Amino acid sequence: MRALVWHGKEDIRCDTVTDPEIEHPRDAIIKVTSCAICGSDLHLFHNFIPAMKPGDIMGHEMMGEVVETGSEMNGSLKKGDRIVVPFTINCGDCDQCKRGNFSVCERTNRNKEMADKAFGHTTAGLFGYTHLTGGYPGGQAEYLRVPFADKTHIKVPDSLTDEQVLFLGDIFPTGWQAAAQCDIEPTDTVVVWGCGPVGQMTIRSAVLLGAKQVVAIDCIPERLSMAEAGGAITINFEHESVVERLNELTDGKGPEKCIDAVGLESHVSMGQPDTLLDRAKQVVMLESDRPHVLREMIYVCRPGGIISIPGVYGGLVDKIPMGPAMNKSLTFRMGQTHVRRWTDDLLRRIEEGQIDPSFVITHTVGLEEGPEMYKVFRDKKDSCIKVVLKP
Amino acid sequence: MAFPSNMTRSERDPKVLRSGPSSLSSSDRLARNLGWFSIDLGIVEFIAAEKVTGALGMRGKENLVRAYGIREIASGVMTLSVDKRAGLNSRIAGDALDIATLATAIRPENPKRDNAVLAMLMVAGVTLLDFVATGAHTVRHIRHSGERRSYSDRSGFAEGVEASRATARKKLGDLRTSSVNEGPPTKKTSGADSV
Ligand SMILES: NC(=O)c1ccc[n+]([C@@H]2O[C@H](COP(=O)([O-])OP(=O)(O)OC[C@H]3O[C@@H](n4cnc5c(N)ncnc54)[C@H](O)[C@@H]3O)[C@@H](O)[C@H]2O)c1
Ligand SMILES: [Zn+2]
Ligand SMILES: [Zn+2]
Repeated sequence: MRALVWHGKEDIRCDTVTDPEIEHPRDAIIKVTSCAICGSDLHLFHNFIPAMKPGDIMGHEMMGEVVETGSEMNGSLKKGDRIVVPFTINCGDCDQCKRGNFSVCERTNRNKEMADKAFGHTTAGLFGYTHLTGGYPGGQAEYLRVPFADKTHIKVPDSLTDEQVLFLGDIFPTGWQAAAQCDIEPTDTVVVWGCGPVGQMTIRSAVLLGAKQVVAIDCIPERLSMAEAGGAITINFEHESVVERLNELTDGKGPEKCIDAVGLESHVSMGQPDTLLDRAKQVVMLESDRPHVLREMIYVCRPGGIISIPGVYGGLVDKIPMGPAMNKSLTFRMGQTHVRRWTDDLLRRIEEGQIDPSFVITHTVGLEEGPEMYKVFRDKKDSCIKVVLKP
Repeated sequence: MAFPSNMTRSERDPKVLRSGPSSLSSSDRLARNLGWFSIDLGIVEFIAAEKVTGALGMRGKENLVRAYGIREIASGVMTLSVDKRAGLNSRIAGDALDIATLATAIRPENPKRDNAVLAMLMVAGVTLLDFVATGAHTVRHIRHSGERRSYSDRSGFAEGVEASRATARKKLGDLRTSSVNEGPPTKKTSGADSV
């Protein structure tokens, strides 16, 4: 089959690889009908997340048709079923899964020992991601083996298109969790840093969860235009002062809820001198991530507020103002998304027509154009916001 | 942070049979080669400054050459990083400095001036490559500012933003009033059952 394979920094190729095979009775194989490129894939593309290996198949946002199952599906999945695959692999039976903490499932990381060493305790296995999370082959491919498939799937009805349900596997629940963990009150101002695909889903989620006002920050005009369409007041940080505008919008008190949908690769710009220093430290490996957004959120957030972090961080950050954070009584919530925790509710909302996540797709191409599309998405060329690949 | 010995793939994971087209373009490869060239040259300048000044007839300028070595290494590392453009720009600035410095060695009284001329030709050639790489990189990586699309029609809400917002705010308002009537607000956990 063909698949997008990681060969090193900025080197992703559309290779011919052997087909995946069932290894375990709980495995299933799907024929991928649609998959997407995620902002997290860019961190891997740039080699900012440790423990990638040449030959790793990329992709963790995918759906398709079940073509083969192992012997232990317990009636939950059969050939011909149409499923979206959550990017966090979950066993469904461990203590964490029972609590709904699917992204920290205790059993699905097949490199548990390595993760125990690096993180203290293991987290769940993830598709198309680093070997620290199991090194499972990803879904930017024609076929995908889904481990723990009897639990790791979301069945979707034929009445909805691929484009409407594909993002249930990652960015929609990610945006939703980011907003939900803010415990939004009717009086709240929710601010979202980053208007990439995750930011866009977060903005819609905050609206659907009843926020008084949603503010979105980025510097890319077309992304800001999409944020505004979703009901956000926008701030272009290259032209306006984030701090001043947020104070204006909140009577000088600061927003109650702040969400980082940017992650470790915050833009480097002259207007934000700390980002230059971060970049220099990254180059000489004194720091792995650029946490400009974290610093800004801690500074602007209203005392007693909540900081929610769906944006991915990979390793070490420097100069986090812990003093202000502590003294302002801020609450931090973060994590890879517990996808299955939210998807029944979100699928219902899509079926009811409350929201149609396909609004975010700007490019649809074949798999062989994948390597080029990584660059188009990374460089925001051709007004690109979200790329869907059709294997 | 990497533990290569522990990294496992299983027997039946797909394996690469044939490699296809890569995201790495020829200009990316050129930039990468220039980056390594910078680092190699920088190391030579730094640890063998006497040999360099001797060959060029520039004795006494060892510390300058060592400083240039550090500069080369820094711009090499930048050129290999994701910010190639900054690295390439600093390489070009460095090339100019090198040429200016070498020009001082092309004097009739310098017995090694032929070497200096050769070095200068080489720097000029590499400068050309730096310009090629920077040019290709700029063209490929700068967002086209003129032809931006607007997505102001993409709300994602079938009923439109304002109607969706109103419904959601009413629902949340009702939820909060009913929980006030029932007594003290229940502790929110942001867990599975919070919304
Ligand atoms: N927690 C999860 O489970 C999960 C799931 C999916 C994605 N993610 C992460 O979410 C983040 C965003 O993903 P995406 O797909 O939207 O990626 P993206 O790269 O398309 O979006 C990032 C956006 O942030 C903007 N940005 C950069 N610096 C900024 C700054 N200082 N202030 C405001 N905006 C800034 C960029 O212009 C860009 O539009 C990534 O870190 C990704 O890894 C996390
Ligand atoms: Zn993702
Ligand atoms: Zn589990």
